[in-house]
Amino acid sequence: MEDKFTIAKRIALELKNGDLVNLGIGIPTIVADYIDPEKRITLQCENGIIGVGPVSETISDLVNAGGISSTIHPGGSFIDSAVSFGLIRGGHVDVTVLGALEVDEEGSLASWIVPGKRVPGMGGAMDLVTGSKKVIIAMSHTNKGQPKILHKCRLPLTGYRKVGLIVTEMAVIEVKSDGLHLVEVHPAYSIEDVVKATEATLIIDHVNVMKGVES
Amino acid sequence: MKAFIKKAEFKQFLKDGITIMIGGFLSNGAPERLIDAILETDVKDLTIICNDGGFETSGSGKLIVAGRVKHLIASHIGTNPTVGTLMQEGKMKVTLVPQGTLVEQIRADGAGLGGVLTPTGLSTMVETGKQIIEVKGIRYLLEEPLHADMALIGGAVADQYGNLRYIKSMRNFNPIMATAADIVIVDPREIVDTIDPEQVITSYPLIDYILEVEN
Repeated sequence: MEDKFTIAKRIALELKNGDLVNLGIGIPTIVADYIDPEKRITLQCENGIIGVGPVSETISDLVNAGGISSTIHPGGSFIDSAVSFGLIRGGHVDVTVLGALEVDEEGSLASWIVPGKRVPGMGGAMDLVTGSKKVIIAMSHTNKGQPKILHKCRLPLTGYRKVGLIVTEMAVIEVKSDGLHLVEVHPAYSIEDVVKATEATLIIDHVNVMKGVES
Repeated sequence: MKAFIKKAEFKQFLKDGITIMIGGFLSNGAPERLIDAILETDVKDLTIICNDGGFETSGSGKLIVAGRVKHLIASHIGTNPTVGTLMQEGKMKVTLVPQGTLVEQIRADGAGLGGVLTPTGLSTMVETGKQIIEVKGIRYLLEEPLHADMALIGGAVADQYGNLRYIKSMRNFNPIMATAADIVIVDPREIVDTIDPEQVITSYPLIDYILEVEN
């Protein structure tokens, strides 16, 4: 199974019945494909959709936050950007899942600018990490072998001390007040592999096999 | 609402150096016919306030590619490569603002507020040069109101009175921008006789002109 699907499938297990969830662009978007249909999960898009459905085959006046033609589920609604970000900042969104370039031991993340190279902008990410009850980072563990989970972010921050959980193709890492706890490791890797691919100090007390992985 | 107008009348409102708000999110709900009308004039040195830099062939992106924009205030510029190029060459100033802050700055102006207090952007580059105010023990950034000479509204169905409802996810920034400019002009998708008062999102006193829809 490809790495991104491993990550998306694992994150889907974190979502609880009744959650209002915002999924970012990239790997986070794929999380939607793995949500247990028995759970009542509502997806929000920051451009103003409550209850967004799958992408549509045809060009539509309804686009998701990635600008892709999409659909809306029965019971869904359209809102303006002020109401949408009011929901986000106001703590009404239970979980936000987004990608990152770097995450650090304090749970800070960087994702919106690589000075002098690439400046996509923060879009809604700063509001989402500020206001959501739980922030889950979905990303590859390294960037071509270079660690992305660091002692301290080197790139300009998207949010300071906002991340709750980091899910990569190698591991699940929980951010607590005393640091990063390695809680699950993918069966294809050893704890040593994860430690080697991580710059940050990992607290290792009780490590489980990554949930949702068929062995 | 003052009048239904044609493109030629709209062009008379344009001047070099004015500030224009452009509705839409990644061009979904952008006033494309009004943007095209600007491109038919020689107007330049515009300050554009828009959620994003659009695409090279749609939304605010068309004005940027044509070199008409001196300053872009937006939350995201990753979908239009020309924005990054012009920014690096020093040909266009870009101010990046978190999306929820941008919409609140516009809303604040339209609602007669001196700004908003937001936690978004604290401990990031966004707080540089801004006043931090503590309320009930929590720190916030003071973000000032944003006003424009002109707001261009899209994604709407208008009625004969100038009331608007919006099509699907095209609502986004449009109803907020309609409150924060000296002249508000709508590029509707369709003009109907009346809109049910319960369905009106932007009421006609906020609208100055509506671009006629040619059949």
